[in-house]
Amino acid sequence: MSLSRDQVTKIAHLARLDIAEADVAKYQSELSNILTMVEQMSAVDTKGVDPMPHPFDLGQRLREDEVTESNQRESFQAIAPQVEAGLYLVPKVIE
Amino acid sequence: MHTLSIAEMAEGLRAKKFSSVELTDAFLARIAKFDKQLNAYVTVTADQARAEAKKADQRRTKGEDGPLLGIPIAQKDIFCTRGVKTSCGSKMLDNFIAPYDATTVAKFNQAGAVMLGKTNMDEFAMGSSNETSFYGPVRNPWNTKTVPGGSSGGSAAVVAARLAPAATGTDTGGSIRQPAALVGITGLKPTYGRVSRYGMIAFASSLDQGGPMAPSAEDAAILLRAMAGFDPLDSTSMDKAVPDYAAQLSASIKGLKIGLPKEYFGEGLDGAVAKVIGEAIEQLKKLGATVHEISLPNTGLAVPTYYVIAPAECSSNLSRFDGVRFGYRCKDPKDLHDLYKRSRGEGFGAEVKRRIMIGTYALSAGYYDAYYLKAQQLRRLIKNDFDEAFKKVDVIAGPTSPSVAFNLGEKTADPVTMYLSDIYTIAVNLAGVPALSMPAGFANKLPVGLQLIGNFFDEGRLLNVAHQYQLATDWHRRIPAEFA
Amino acid sequence: MEWEAVIGLEIHAQLATRSKIFSGASTDFGAEPNTQACAVDLGLPGVLPVLNKEAVRMAAKFGLAVGATVAKRSVFARKNYFYPDLPKGYQISQYELPIVAKGKIEIELESGEHKTVGITRAHLEEDAGKSLHEDFHGMTGIDLNRAGTPLLEIVSEPDLRSAAEAVTYLKKIHSLVRYLEICDGNMQEGSFRCDANVSVRRKGADKFGTRAEIKNVNSFRFVEKAINFEIERQIELIESGGQVVQETRLYDADKDETRSMRSKEEAMDYRYFPDPDLLPLIIDDAFVEGVRKTLPELPDAKRERFVKDYGLSNYDASVLTTSRELAQYYEAVVKAAKGEAKLSANWVMGELLGALNKENKDITQSPIGAQQLGGMICRITDNTISGKIAKQVFEAMWAGEGDADAVIEAKGLRQVTDTGAIAKIIDDVIAKNPEQVEQYRSGKDKLFGFFVGQVMKESKGKANPGQVNDLLKQKLDNK
Repeated sequence: MSLSRDQVTKIAHLARLDIAEADVAKYQSELSNILTMVEQMSAVDTKGVDPMPHPFDLGQRLREDEVTESNQRESFQAIAPQVEAGLYLVPKVIE
Repeated sequence: MHTLSIAEMAEGLRAKKFSSVELTDAFLARIAKFDKQLNAYVTVTADQARAEAKKADQRRTKGEDGPLLGIPIAQKDIFCTRGVKTSCGSKMLDNFIAPYDATTVAKFNQAGAVMLGKTNMDEFAMGSSNETSFYGPVRNPWNTKTVPGGSSGGSAAVVAARLAPAATGTDTGGSIRQPAALVGITGLKPTYGRVSRYGMIAFASSLDQGGPMAPSAEDAAILLRAMAGFDPLDSTSMDKAVPDYAAQLSASIKGLKIGLPKEYFGEGLDGAVAKVIGEAIEQLKKLGATVHEISLPNTGLAVPTYYVIAPAECSSNLSRFDGVRFGYRCKDPKDLHDLYKRSRGEGFGAEVKRRIMIGTYALSAGYYDAYYLKAQQLRRLIKNDFDEAFKKVDVIAGPTSPSVAFNLGEKTADPVTMYLSDIYTIAVNLAGVPALSMPAGFANKLPVGLQLIGNFFDEGRLLNVAHQYQLATDWHRRIPAEFA
Repeated sequence: MEWEAVIGLEIHAQLATRSKIFSGASTDFGAEPNTQACAVDLGLPGVLPVLNKEAVRMAAKFGLAVGATVAKRSVFARKNYFYPDLPKGYQISQYELPIVAKGKIEIELESGEHKTVGITRAHLEEDAGKSLHEDFHGMTGIDLNRAGTPLLEIVSEPDLRSAAEAVTYLKKIHSLVRYLEICDGNMQEGSFRCDANVSVRRKGADKFGTRAEIKNVNSFRFVEKAINFEIERQIELIESGGQVVQETRLYDADKDETRSMRSKEEAMDYRYFPDPDLLPLIIDDAFVEGVRKTLPELPDAKRERFVKDYGLSNYDASVLTTSRELAQYYEAVVKAAKGEAKLSANWVMGELLGALNKENKDITQSPIGAQQLGGMICRITDNTISGKIAKQVFEAMWAGEGDADAVIEAKGLRQVTDTGAIAKIIDDVIAKNPEQVEQYRSGKDKLFGFFVGQVMKESKGKANPGQVNDLLKQKLDNK
């Protein structure tokens, strides 16, 4: 399996990763190698095999509807890159 | 003092031979003296450690006791520690002072353990050599030109060089066991769901599991007892009683059925490593175990399967690192898109980016079935192999790693070669079963690890087998001469 | 050429739980920004979601109310996309296996006809935070208090054929979720929101046209306007040779138009996959049966009962069962009015709803309690006051002047039923208007009303109208 330059750029965009123009070829070859290794999977017939997303075939546990958290804004926002008036700031969102 | 086992340290504290402050100072002094050579700690919390040690001594004066009260340990820098930088080995979190404690950290605090510092690791636990860390590679105490393995390479190195009596690690595809093998210590990956994942920065949520790293199985048993247990904050944690692992150590292993998977002894296994593993198995036989050849037919598929599932989960888990609420933010973003892609592009290292991209691709429209779904199906086949095997044997034994520690830089050029160094450890995470690695001897003057794989929640048996082996051998007591 | 609109709605109802869907933070509305966003809501490194049982219960309750299947096994997936109000970079939602599937609900069209609207599915998911676009030096502020609030997304089949039908359906669901007490239905605060998928096709065609999804419609009126605008836009576009593109459009209430929202290069690839932090949601029969026991009487059943038990028209019964609170109020009035169902309906629907509407209040904010209104109706039926005088009493009660009896007493509104007193007024009126008497007696029957009016005027409206009629007739006809 080999990825095209375009595909690498598209994936990087989807994942919001800035990849330098000069590095695209390197990622292209590395990712292609990994995918080639991964494609050994296709040799196995898995028809009718139930996918396994978790080690246990169990149901999830639920919690009671109780408010257990109190305001910790100050402590949480102390580690934020940019805040004002209790809000996280980001460059203008244009819809 | 640094050569004592945890049980011996606790005995010393009880007998007032030394205080926790003295014990802690002894280790802090060793760290100050030796860590420059290893680069194993990202953060040393000396002041906090002394304060905690003092508190532990006071608790003891008031009549409290406990197997970890006043015992220093190191935490892998993947566990959130309130008020202390939690970097996950990444530039992305170089400025991240965690505002809360991971459940594991809280449990150690409660038990009165003293945190010496946070250990270096592959960035976001992605790596098998500790070379992907933003803080530079960790070196193997047995030969500082070689790697300590990864991703819990820092924890492995500090335990091997006795810069901490024990440490925590996390294991997604071998990240406790492979470094434990490469530095000659005992490391256990528990059953998935045995140890809470809350506050342990996620790499691949359905595979990640925290566990102990210590010189001996006896020490590891004490740590696991403290770490394990149900956590209401982690809905994948299992509500199952935690046995007294230490109490199970002394049982005889006479009649124990050990399975040797033929796939773990074939092509790709270094001859010198194979020889050491063979001797270790002979030793287990001497202790009364019987050996049976078994097959885990889908072993060869574990690495490809893993490199779809783990990247897919990580691509999503790492989306929260976006420069908005915490962590690295790029300088002068010109718009929102620029903020995202440069914060992430600059904050993550190459291996993390590769895996995010692989995972993004595997989940994207048109590829999901061929990659992600297929991998989930193979995952079941791999798990079925273990289910079948455990119908015949009690534990499975084999090498942890196909080779001893390799040189720094030796495998960084080709990611796939690096990935294959986890060939014997990865299937265990896919299946969810527990496994440990223990020191079994040396090849080319470097440690070799024997891996023991158990059935679900059979950690007690793995520790028991390892302990019985360690009663008969002294590999786990060896300390690299430079750090003696 | 005749066109037909095809509309499906996606309704987001915030579930009225105390805490969030995956964390123990409060869901209260209106707190200071980010004071109700805990570590889990912020997506801090290392945190994990744990599902709120009450949210599951509420979703199941809705499923049972619309005759849907409540899935024994449903799965939470991650919907991946980057947006500043989405802290984790993914939304936890249900994708392939929702908790509720294949329900239906009946609506009544303007024509009086009934129509069944299919409910494809309803699934649990977490709400996002809010972006505040006021100027922070050219930046946007993010408040994550709302992040993690439980949502039930209710997806209809494309069964709706006009904006009016869509609104009727929307109101029906709105009423239902409030009946079930799973959502407060507050559209201003965003607890009940709606996206509309709209397409048009030539009448008689069996294939659907390309649809546009309209977002940000937050009132019944705007839903109707937005859909109508969109239908017209699509028809005009096709008729002028253009093609509808599948896209998300935003409704701008100020300009009354929809406009394209996301640029085309940004094709969405959400990369859904099962959330590895959450095992499947398994619901057993006992759980579902437990929920079934908590189901209240539903609007349709209540309406039928009102028709049957109270002898109301279908229309009246529909109006009075629009909300659970209104129905409750009405039933309390009937009880207080000693079973006067019809008269009670008239007063509740007429004076009361009229007055509430005028002041933009809902029934829970009525200044007149059900006991008060029922008490007043009793005074009508026992002839203490006439229906006309009752309006004065009503106004006084509305103004907070006390119960009907107190008002009647204070204002001296008690009806005159003393035959002698009424006869005296009639005699006076007859004496004062000899000309009209003459005309009436010579056959001008219409003048009867004039005399009634005069008598009522003289009595200041307090004379019993029935008695006035009878006595007047006697006196005028017996020359």
